[in-house]
Amino acid sequence: MTALLEIKGLKTEVVTSDGRVTLIDDVNLTLAAGEVMGLVGESGSGKSVTGLSIMGLVDNPAQVTGGQILFKGQDLRKLSERKIRSIRGNRVAMIFQDPMSTLNPVLRIDTQMMEAVHAHEAVSKQAARERARDALGMVGIPSPDERLSAYPHQFSGGMRQRVAIAIALLMSPDLIIADEPTTALDVTIQAQILSIVQKLAREKGTTLIWITHDLSVVAGLAEKLSVMYGGRIVEQGLTADLLRHPMHPYTNGLIASLPAHNKRGSRLKQINGTTPSVASMPSGCAFHPRCSSATQLCLSRPPLEPIDGRLLRCFHPVTAGAPL
Amino acid sequence: MTNRLEIRNVSKRFSRKSGVVERGAEYIGLKAKNPVVRALDDVSLSVSQGEVVGIVGESGCGKSTLGRVVAGLLQASEGSVLFRGKRLDEMTDKDAEDARLQVQMIFQDPSSSLNPRQRVREIIGAAPLHHGLTTAWELDGYVSQQMERCGLDPSTSTRFPHQFSGGQRQRIGIARALAVQPDMLICDESVAALDVSIQAQILNLFLDLREHLDLTYMFISHDLSVVEHISDRVVVMYLGRVVEEAPVGELFSHPNHPYTRALLQGRPSLDPVQRLFSAIEGEIPSPLSPPTGCHFHPRCPFAMERCRTERPELRSVGAHHTSACHLND
Repeated sequence: MTALLEIKGLKTEVVTSDGRVTLIDDVNLTLAAGEVMGLVGESGSGKSVTGLSIMGLVDNPAQVTGGQILFKGQDLRKLSERKIRSIRGNRVAMIFQDPMSTLNPVLRIDTQMMEAVHAHEAVSKQAARERARDALGMVGIPSPDERLSAYPHQFSGGMRQRVAIAIALLMSPDLIIADEPTTALDVTIQAQILSIVQKLAREKGTTLIWITHDLSVVAGLAEKLSVMYGGRIVEQGLTADLLRHPMHPYTNGLIASLPAHNKRGSRLKQINGTTPSVASMPSGCAFHPRCSSATQLCLSRPPLEPIDGRLLRCFHPVTAGAPL
Repeated sequence: MTNRLEIRNVSKRFSRKSGVVERGAEYIGLKAKNPVVRALDDVSLSVSQGEVVGIVGESGCGKSTLGRVVAGLLQASEGSVLFRGKRLDEMTDKDAEDARLQVQMIFQDPSSSLNPRQRVREIIGAAPLHHGLTTAWELDGYVSQQMERCGLDPSTSTRFPHQFSGGQRQRIGIARALAVQPDMLICDESVAALDVSIQAQILNLFLDLREHLDLTYMFISHDLSVVEHISDRVVVMYLGRVVEEAPVGELFSHPNHPYTRALLQGRPSLDPVQRLFSAIEGEIPSPLSPPTGCHFHPRCPFAMERCRTERPELRSVGAHHTSACHLND
């Protein structure tokens, strides 16, 4: 089976006259049609930049400076802006954390949704409106016909995020990149959105990249998991494998520090130190200043290598059965 | 023994004050009265010395307002807040000031709660100096001690907040609160804005401080797993009312109120087994026009006729376990 999306050695940098700052480097991802992947990392790990790079949405002074983004075998980086535009929003769609950055506050929902349809397909107004209504219905917005003529501010936060998801679904894309879409929402609303997305991904076979900082959100949603740290993927594999036996000390520390893994009221196992900023990334393995098993070897950069059914970027993997 | 803190039937209403012309218009019926938000509706709660009480709920449930009323940042519209059995207005001015100083607050966003133009030394040192807990001579040593206790390097005391990372800024906020030697902390979403790996560090700091300083906490959060970990007792709020209250183990193993059960079900877990997310229907209603009767009835799968009209009272459903639901009758 050919992959729907294959990313090889993706590199995005901020290029200024003062020099270059690397945001992400050597990012490799492969997704088959219908797969759901969780992309997990803390702030500054490069998870959002990866999503934006795939969409061709990184802005000056940042730019994609290396690697390939093969979508259905076609390198998106080599396409003209015109070609890209016919794919973006059509075959590949993105959902952002804040729905108000997707929605125009002064236009009605139907205007915005019909515009999105007309951008990619010459259909009648009537047909576009019907498609917009169906999309709203799919994401569970009650009485979609009336809600179509509402403005974004007339929706609650959770409803707005549903509208943003509906817009992403309009053209039945092959790939959806969701960047922390439930982070700003309440627990019960987050559960609603997750259940809708899970249902849609299964029914329509949409491939999904779910970007989040919260491991527990993707644990039940994604089959595959990529963990990012300091702009690189440090561990990648099946969700069940990674959660049961994390091999990278960072993944291991992240899971061990969750309150659910610790006895109530006891001290949590913590990762010491702070997340590095892109401007002062440690050399070699970016995690080595915070890692308890770091050695002299870690000052050189470890490669991303296959081990035990997954990809791992570490010289000192955590052995199976070691305490979390 | 008197409780460290007791909240009795506290309500807090917010509304915009009308101007003279508006009041006239309201009087002759040309304009509707300004809407009133009932942020807290008859909330009672007690906290004993050394206890950690977790307050959970979604946005708009009044958990932050409750924290602010206790910290004295807001005045309750009705009801009273008792510190060690006494109301502030029953005390002498000096005692009232001391009582308020004993309760300090830690906010969610460390960057907006620290003055960007002050150095860390001033941020932490200003309040204890004003209250005479230290002298100008001893201030540097005092501040260093506060910083060390919160895991900050005292040599950075002349820096500005922006020179610190998010986790360190939260530590500054904690050091500032502890500098006036309180015995109770109100943490309003204090770890929500932090990265996962930093969250564990700050939670550990709270646990350590509790042990060393015998602190009492009111820990406000929307994150159930954080509240479960740190609290002795948990209070669940919905639209300005307490719907359930129980010791932490009891609440998480035997949730009684349908809302609590929905919250626990909707919580994502690390269980790697692919599961279907189930969710309760509906939105959180606006506190401007809360539903009648039980606030939760429009979303409740078990709602009956009675729930639409009659407000359920908090009733005992087990040892130290109360819940406000008609199903328990």
